[in-house]
Amino acid sequence: MLLRELIRTIRTARTQAEEREMIQKECAAIRSSFREEDNTYRCRNVAKLLYMHMLGYPAHFGQLECLKLIASQKFTDKRIGYLGAMLLLDERQDVHLLMTNCIKNDLNHSTQYVQGLALCTLGCMGSSEMCRDLAGEVEKLLKTSNSYLRKKAALCAVHVIRKVPELMEMFLPATKNLLSEKNHGVLHTSVVLLTEMCERSPDMLAHFRKLVPQLVRILKNLIMSGYSPEHDVSGISDPFLQVRILRLLRILGKSDDDSSEAMNDILAQVATNTETSKNVGNAILYETVLTIMDIKSESGLRVLAINILGRFLLNNDKNIRYVALTSLLKTVQTDHNAVQRHRSTIVDCLKDLDVSIKRRAMELSFALVNGNNIRGMMKELLYFLDSCDPEFKADCASGVFLAAEKYGTDRQTSLHITPAGSYVRDDSVPNLIQLITNSVEMHAYTVQRLYKALLDDISQQPLVQVASWCTGEYGDLLVSGQCEEEEPIQVTEDEVLDVLEGLLVSNLSTPVTRGYSLTAIMKLSTRFSSVNRIKKVVLIYGSSIDVELQQRAVEYNALFKKYDHMRPALLERMPIMEKTAANGPTEIVQTNGETEANPNPNIAIITIHASNATEADMTDFVFQAAVPKTFQLQLLSPSSNVVPALNQGTVTQVIRVLNPQKVSLSFTNCLTYTLKGSPVQDLAEVNNFPPQSWQ
Amino acid sequence: MQFMLLFSRQGKLRLQKWYVPLSDKEKKKITRELVQTVLARKPKMCSFLEWRDLKVVYKRYASLYFCCAIEEQDNELITLEIIHRYVELLDKYFGSVCELDIIFNFEKAYFILDEFLLGGEAQETSKKTVLKAIEQADLLQEVRPHVVTLHFNSALFLIRLLRLN
Repeated sequence: MLLRELIRTIRTARTQAEEREMIQKECAAIRSSFREEDNTYRCRNVAKLLYMHMLGYPAHFGQLECLKLIASQKFTDKRIGYLGAMLLLDERQDVHLLMTNCIKNDLNHSTQYVQGLALCTLGCMGSSEMCRDLAGEVEKLLKTSNSYLRKKAALCAVHVIRKVPELMEMFLPATKNLLSEKNHGVLHTSVVLLTEMCERSPDMLAHFRKLVPQLVRILKNLIMSGYSPEHDVSGISDPFLQVRILRLLRILGKSDDDSSEAMNDILAQVATNTETSKNVGNAILYETVLTIMDIKSESGLRVLAINILGRFLLNNDKNIRYVALTSLLKTVQTDHNAVQRHRSTIVDCLKDLDVSIKRRAMELSFALVNGNNIRGMMKELLYFLDSCDPEFKADCASGVFLAAEKYGTDRQTSLHITPAGSYVRDDSVPNLIQLITNSVEMHAYTVQRLYKALLDDISQQPLVQVASWCTGEYGDLLVSGQCEEEEPIQVTEDEVLDVLEGLLVSNLSTPVTRGYSLTAIMKLSTRFSSVNRIKKVVLIYGSSIDVELQQRAVEYNALFKKYDHMRPALLERMPIMEKTAANGPTEIVQTNGETEANPNPNIAIITIHASNATEADMTDFVFQAAVPKTFQLQLLSPSSNVVPALNQGTVTQVIRVLNPQKVSLSFTNCLTYTLKGSPVQDLAEVNNFPPQSWQ
Repeated sequence: MQFMLLFSRQGKLRLQKWYVPLSDKEKKKITRELVQTVLARKPKMCSFLEWRDLKVVYKRYASLYFCCAIEEQDNELITLEIIHRYVELLDKYFGSVCELDIIFNFEKAYFILDEFLLGGEAQETSKKTVLKAIEQADLLQEVRPHVVTLHFNSALFLIRLLRLN
């Protein structure tokens, strides 16, 4: 059966079962044909097999046949054979290695289209072994004057380098005059190759920096040259090449003043002259903006870039808006003021219909909140919180509280924030509690609202925890009906205790929540008069199966009995808590020296925990230490070299210090890391080790 | 680019090009999930979505979805242009291409793709050059299958002509 006939037949099948039957029949026929080693119909049979494979049926018995087709002299056979290899074979199977010799021969074939097939296959799915074997052939073709082959060889080389990075060096000589090519295909693929090499090796990067003037020239020609029908896309000359050059320039200009300066003019030119009515132009502008922001560009250029992004935000095309928000998110830390100017447009994007756009707008909005705009922003964000999809609510609520905590809020805003408490994540509970504690004048209102929330629904654990904590703290305000902001509710002490005890027994409460409730009940013993009831509850839980609850109950019991005189003092109102977040770089590392018992008394083992309270992650974090000559130091590998922002994780590293002379332990440490794109170095001396660590 | 998928509105796969090594099982899983995700998108949504650690760029042309998975540092907007260029190439080759062309000539669709992209990157930015290369390669095909293809294409053309009347 011919291929097209088969396709037509299979498409007439009305059920899955019918289709399966047809396929099985055909596969059987094909299998026997393969067994007969029929050369004439092998090509057609493999093609049929590939069709069936696309429908989802197994086709592994055709793998060897593909190899036979590749080895054939006929072009038709090779075409289907290579296609089959790319679809059916993968580097996990040893079978693919059998291709290596065929590919080698075909790379040297007299017909360029055969060579092309081989290069394409190698560049698409070549395994590391194959790449190692054939890299030499690829390198040879990279130097040919035939542009059809040269462009393919360049991309094939990219694949080889990705698979076997050590081979990168051998392609270096061939790159010498790649950029002097006039052929756009070769130019494009050469730029891709150069980009790959620069990304992988700092040496290559330094080596290729000298190409910046040439790249600038090529880009300039593309922009200035007149209409070129062959490469024109909506009035722009070869946008694909332009974008790739801009990307390479970005890599070359990063952290290099001279290169950045050399490309300054062309970037300004592209940024101002590119036609923005179609997607093509915007694609180029987008890449230009990314480049401007990454290199050491002058401030005027940076502002130009951010303004382009601002214009993107107003574009009708939602794709452009999405891309703008993503880019602004990347730059908001470094160019905060410039991004602030577009705040209102960003906030408008909260109302967009697209989920991805909304999420980015939300993240960006939080990044833009500061002391000046907090009131206005809070209003918008709270409105968003009310109306947004459930998947956003937790993050939005937590963001709202973080912002409120950081910049302080007035009564009006606090009034509106409290309902948002129902959406917070677990990790925001301490933050929320701190916020509530510090908003002294709001205590009565807050406890009332949270108590009402408890009456409604006790399934949201974070909310329940915060609510029970508040009820314990401010229960006296609750029953005395002191709320000014809204109608005070009438509630008795017994009712409050009912609710809290209800939490203790409810199936919905987690152990953590139960702990909160028990403590809250205990606190009320100094605020309520029904102490006996509380004593009874505490007594019961002294034999709880939950160890945590049991321990608490036993301790509270002891408070009632032996330490009753201390009870009022212990359970009194919480004082205003100090802010735990510090934004200055000086307070980032908490070096926590610990010593452990170890077999060699001359060795001190020190564990360092590094945490980061700033808003951005610290990357490339390296801890170095220098010690006086009497010591020997061994630094073991750190757990990571990224210290997550906002105390979300720590990096630990172990140091072993050999101190045979038992001299007082001290060392100078040097921290290097990258924060918000800039390298930072911090030196400090540590010498307050406990005596037992070195004696 | 890590991979490109073409699928119909009913979720039937019409072309799959993988530029990263994955097992058949993994490919099937990814295809299934991604097709589901893209088909669930509403028309008002943008053409980009984050999926696992990749960016996915998709666009619908008539009854076919063209879907590409690109990496973090790749430009989404130019990827849309890449997809468009491929559609233009198919259109020029088949003459007003439709889904049926891709179904019945899937191997040709692959050949064209492989003359345009290599290893996930564009190897040629001139439409004319790509089409010329395919034309020349087609001529190299040995007579028998070529004649069959010609016949079939002519037959299709006639059928279309008849249908129009």
